[in-house]
Amino acid sequence: MLEKSLKGNLGYWAWVLFLLGIIGVGAICYVVQFNYGLGATGMSRDVTWGVYISQFTFLVGVAAGGLMLVLPYYLHHYKDFGRITILGEFMAIAAVAMCLLFIMADLGQPMRALNVVFHPTPNSMLFYDMIVLNGYLLLNLICGWVILHSEYKGIKYPGWVKPFIYISIPWAVSIHTVTAFLYCGLPGRHFWLTAILAPRFLASAFAAGPCLLMVIALIMKQTTQFNVGQKAQDKLVTIIGYAALLNFFFLGCEIFVAYYSDIPGHKHTLDYLFFGLTDHATGETYNNLVPFMRASVIMGFTGIGLLFVSRAKQSDALLAVSCILIFTSFWIDKGLGLVLGGFVPNGLEQITEYVPTPIEIGVTAGIWATGFLIITVLYKIAISVKLENEKTA
Amino acid sequence: MDSSRRKFLKIAGISAVAGIGAPSALNMLMKSDVQASSAGGAHGAQPDAHGAQGGHGAAPAGKRYGMVIDAVKFHETPGLAQKCIDACHSYYNVPDFGNKKDEIKWLWQEPFMNAFPDESHYKKDDGLLSMKFMVLCNHCDNPPCVRACPTKATFKSAEGIVMMDFHRCIGCRFCMAACPYGARSFNWRDPRGTMDGVPFIKKVNPEFPTRMRGVVEKCSFCALRVTKGQMPLCVEATGDSKAMVFGDLNDPNSEVSQVLKARFTIQRKPSLGTMPSVFYII
Repeated sequence: MLEKSLKGNLGYWAWVLFLLGIIGVGAICYVVQFNYGLGATGMSRDVTWGVYISQFTFLVGVAAGGLMLVLPYYLHHYKDFGRITILGEFMAIAAVAMCLLFIMADLGQPMRALNVVFHPTPNSMLFYDMIVLNGYLLLNLICGWVILHSEYKGIKYPGWVKPFIYISIPWAVSIHTVTAFLYCGLPGRHFWLTAILAPRFLASAFAAGPCLLMVIALIMKQTTQFNVGQKAQDKLVTIIGYAALLNFFFLGCEIFVAYYSDIPGHKHTLDYLFFGLTDHATGETYNNLVPFMRASVIMGFTGIGLLFVSRAKQSDALLAVSCILIFTSFWIDKGLGLVLGGFVPNGLEQITEYVPTPIEIGVTAGIWATGFLIITVLYKIAISVKLENEKTA
Repeated sequence: MDSSRRKFLKIAGISAVAGIGAPSALNMLMKSDVQASSAGGAHGAQPDAHGAQGGHGAAPAGKRYGMVIDAVKFHETPGLAQKCIDACHSYYNVPDFGNKKDEIKWLWQEPFMNAFPDESHYKKDDGLLSMKFMVLCNHCDNPPCVRACPTKATFKSAEGIVMMDFHRCIGCRFCMAACPYGARSFNWRDPRGTMDGVPFIKKVNPEFPTRMRGVVEKCSFCALRVTKGQMPLCVEATGDSKAMVFGDLNDPNSEVSQVLKARFTIQRKPSLGTMPSVFYII
């Protein structure tokens, strides 16, 4: 089946080559970082996690978002998702692969990564994160591959995959819950210390994952003969719409609690993210994330609005724009603000801002390109099989 | 032919999984045993100690080392704080990179508002606001960093000292996110290196290992000296001034317990339930 990925037109190969180029740049940047140490990044004693861990957090959500396709199809027998479910599973594979790469890129001693396995520590949330992430990768590899291979052979998938499919549904919830627990169980980090963090993560995940999938599906509709179907598209719009609204509802809850209670610790990070925070000792104001966070809120609401307009008008172009807006909005919210904001102010109420270095951005781009390469290859295989089947049928 | 190959692959696959999984599973079982028994000393009285959360909670059984820092004495003796910091940083080969981003520190000074951000600084007296406070790892009785570490590279010793295994640390920095006191530092670059020919560690002390890049470090309460019956270096540097008093908090007759009984002290962020072992006279 893999050979399907080796047959493609010029556009396909140009895209693959482009991704390989970025991966190459990323690899060189990583070698620089490996030789110098993590000092090659913008992270500091006060902001100890940067874009790597924030990308990881966001991508766990994208992976969990695959659930929104698997669940209706397998649990509710929603047949219109027949062509798109496999895409959700394959997207999850690529997203989890990126997560694991981002964690490796973030380790100070990557050669010792297996210490997490050799010295298992059940009181650490990272221990469970390792289990659920690798488990989810394995589940999606099994389910996605076996089901597609059966389709390739023109038979129904074997019964033994069923349990794996059913396990993968709660498992998807677990990956993002455990990832939220990494943050919300830490004393003294007021911004993260909220019981609503895991639900908020899941809401944004269930919007961002399907958004990415929708954009890819629309691109494929233009460039290949593969069409996921109008019904599936409409259903996905509903899912994205509700999940995105829920995300903003949760964000609103956070803002209410912080500002109505008026407890300084609860307000500091939100102040920093949306208005800028002033250091009382020096009088200096820090606000480098403010434009991003405000843009995130504007893009999110615009995206949700356009989403419903696009549905009324049945416009694919508008739909693509709204999905890109929502995806970018949630990427800023979780892929920048959530992790970086949690470190401002630090435990001593001092403010240190973080700016990623070119090396760090290079590694980040390289890992994203790796993810897109995995998606490209897997989707190429999936749609080749699907199109061929339809021709013979 | 085909079926036997499939069979072989199946068996090989299963045994590979078993081979990788079994030792770590065994390890885990054995480790939790060891942890359970060693916890007897320091952790034995955890439920009681938890009950006293928020105050000066102390585990009543086993040894638990702690420290009282007299901020007034430090304020009255200029240069004393720096003497302590130098004694610590020079012995433990703490590098100086000359910039804030890469900074590593085990013991340093902070203004009141930063050391005790939970204490409202509204209308505080000038004296307090002009004072600086020595801050270091609190060697919490209920340390969040130990809870967060995925490899047990940071752990609590039987005497209640929170220690680091530099050789096991994978550099994930979860402990740094977990510590509410900013007590931990990371080796963002090679501390053994030089810049413009000047080494980051001015004079290497062969009695304590230098670290490699990519691991976390922090104050160790001079655990190795303490086991030999010596005082931590910073305490020793304060001489007879009694600006720092160190000892067993669980021994009611120890000097540190006597001071705590007689004087009003405060802790950093006691409301978080971490039960710090460092107390301040203000």
